[in-house]
Amino acid sequence: MKRTLSVNERKLRRNAILHKTIGQSIIWLVLIVMYVPIMVLIAFSFTTATNIGTWTGFSFDLYKNLFQSEEIMVALGNTVLIALISSLLSTVLGTCGAIGAFYSKKRSREIIESVNQIPVVNAEIVIALSLTVMFVFFQSYILGGANVFSFWTLLVGHMILQVPFVYLSVKPKLQQMDPALYEAAMDLGCTQTQALWKATVPEIIPGVFSGLLLSITLSLDDFIVTAFTRGAGLLSGDKSIETLSTLVQAKIKKGPIPPEMRALTTIIFILVLVVAVLVTIYRNRSVKKTRKGREA
Amino acid sequence: MSSAKKSRGEKNFWRTLRRIVSFKRKYLSIPYFIFLILFVLIPIIIILVYAFTKTTDAGNLVFSFDSLVEFFSSTTKLNVLVVSLFIGIINTILCLVIGYPIAYLLADKKVNKNYVMVMLFVMPMWINFVLRTGATRDVLYMIGIKGGEHPYFATLIGLVYNYLPFTILPLYTTMIKLDRSQIEAARDLGCNPVQTFTHSILPQSVPGIVSAAEMVFMPTMSSYVISDTLSEGKLTLFGNSIANSFNNSLWNDGSFMAFIMLALIFITMFITNRFSKDSGREAGRLW
Repeated sequence: MKRTLSVNERKLRRNAILHKTIGQSIIWLVLIVMYVPIMVLIAFSFTTATNIGTWTGFSFDLYKNLFQSEEIMVALGNTVLIALISSLLSTVLGTCGAIGAFYSKKRSREIIESVNQIPVVNAEIVIALSLTVMFVFFQSYILGGANVFSFWTLLVGHMILQVPFVYLSVKPKLQQMDPALYEAAMDLGCTQTQALWKATVPEIIPGVFSGLLLSITLSLDDFIVTAFTRGAGLLSGDKSIETLSTLVQAKIKKGPIPPEMRALTTIIFILVLVVAVLVTIYRNRSVKKTRKGREA
Repeated sequence: MSSAKKSRGEKNFWRTLRRIVSFKRKYLSIPYFIFLILFVLIPIIIILVYAFTKTTDAGNLVFSFDSLVEFFSSTTKLNVLVVSLFIGIINTILCLVIGYPIAYLLADKKVNKNYVMVMLFVMPMWINFVLRTGATRDVLYMIGIKGGEHPYFATLIGLVYNYLPFTILPLYTTMIKLDRSQIEAARDLGCNPVQTFTHSILPQSVPGIVSAAEMVFMPTMSSYVISDTLSEGKLTLFGNSIANSFNNSLWNDGSFMAFIMLALIFITMFITNRFSKDSGREAGRLW
């Protein structure tokens, strides 16, 4: 009896190990295939050949060229500036919107929320074109033909993409918040504004922060809205604003990815990897914290 | 000058004014709502106006069904719509077929306990997508799959590469909440692996499947850069088609296609809402 049990146990353990190995190999296989294009670019960022696939000896020249290429540096600067400005503004606007809507009557909240849902589900191309058509309409019927396309139209375009997601990430935090907190602050002599700052804002900060991060990624990755709503300005001066997306798109329409862009990909990849590791550490810590909280 | 000298009526007036102007929390949403009306509602209304009007020779807008007739009588445009729907469906199925087992395995504590693996699957989303698309095209070119010769194949590869992370994430969020004891119970009660899957795992993961499909299907149809780059301009999807109309100053026709796109979006939303109540919110849970 004892022997058969141990045989069964051994069998179970063997099955578990088999299950784990097969599972992990599937995960790794898909992961490796997924990273092939990026890894190839990274590998060929250490050689100066124009096309990937030909190796002309190891060198760091592309990295030097990258930082000397004015075109790429201007695009990179524009991209970062737009991402920061638009996401900060969106976060403020969206957070205020979420707080305001949360304390409004049910009817007005529902109206705001259904309008808020439109850009979330809408196709990016429809968002971009409807905005552009409106700007052109405004330009020709109200401004009498003066050019309206500038940094400001681009900013509005990016904010429209971001704002609904800020709203959606702040809203659950407001719902989880203890409503007595605000009342207590008021009872203890805070004015409404003070109570909002000292009681409500600290409670919803995680939601605000994730809204901000999401906004930054949406802005960094955007091509269509940028391509349609941009005008002259920022670091591009009198020329139409180039971001990384529009620059790369213009280049790859004509030929392969420019060699210096391979070096840039490597740098971006390393940055993203660092951020991903930091996010994981932060997440693991907060998971541990909640677990401890539950045990206590 | 002192307040004592103010008449009673005057005092009442100031009090009422202060009550109206005084800060209320709900006023915080006013700028937000104005922003949404200005840049979400009005643009869509303008698009709808253009979709059902035409410009006369005198330059006036008059109501007409010309764009509608033009759209439904043009075989090229209908063809583009059918091809886009087809590519959208195929891409959604491919992403689900690859993403589903991956999400299941990632959420399975016996296989993977490390959240870093999930991050690795999501990470490509944060590398500029135009750059990634270019890289995919160049690598495919390197191994001999030229977009000009195999436009459908190359585009589908690019689409799957791009949308797989968007599929895995919502699926993973559902899978992590799977009731593992129910699955084990199904096994103990004599279900074979296929039955366990169809009776326990699949029904539990329907919300994840729906929101994953929602995140892939519509964006695929309206994608612009991926099909343009990977097929080297050989394959036109609905998104390209809309953009082309506007680039050629065919505003009415372009607006009508945008209207079709909007209608399709609201139809899919209506269908998916019946499956899961807040799948739209899942889209915002990337972080």
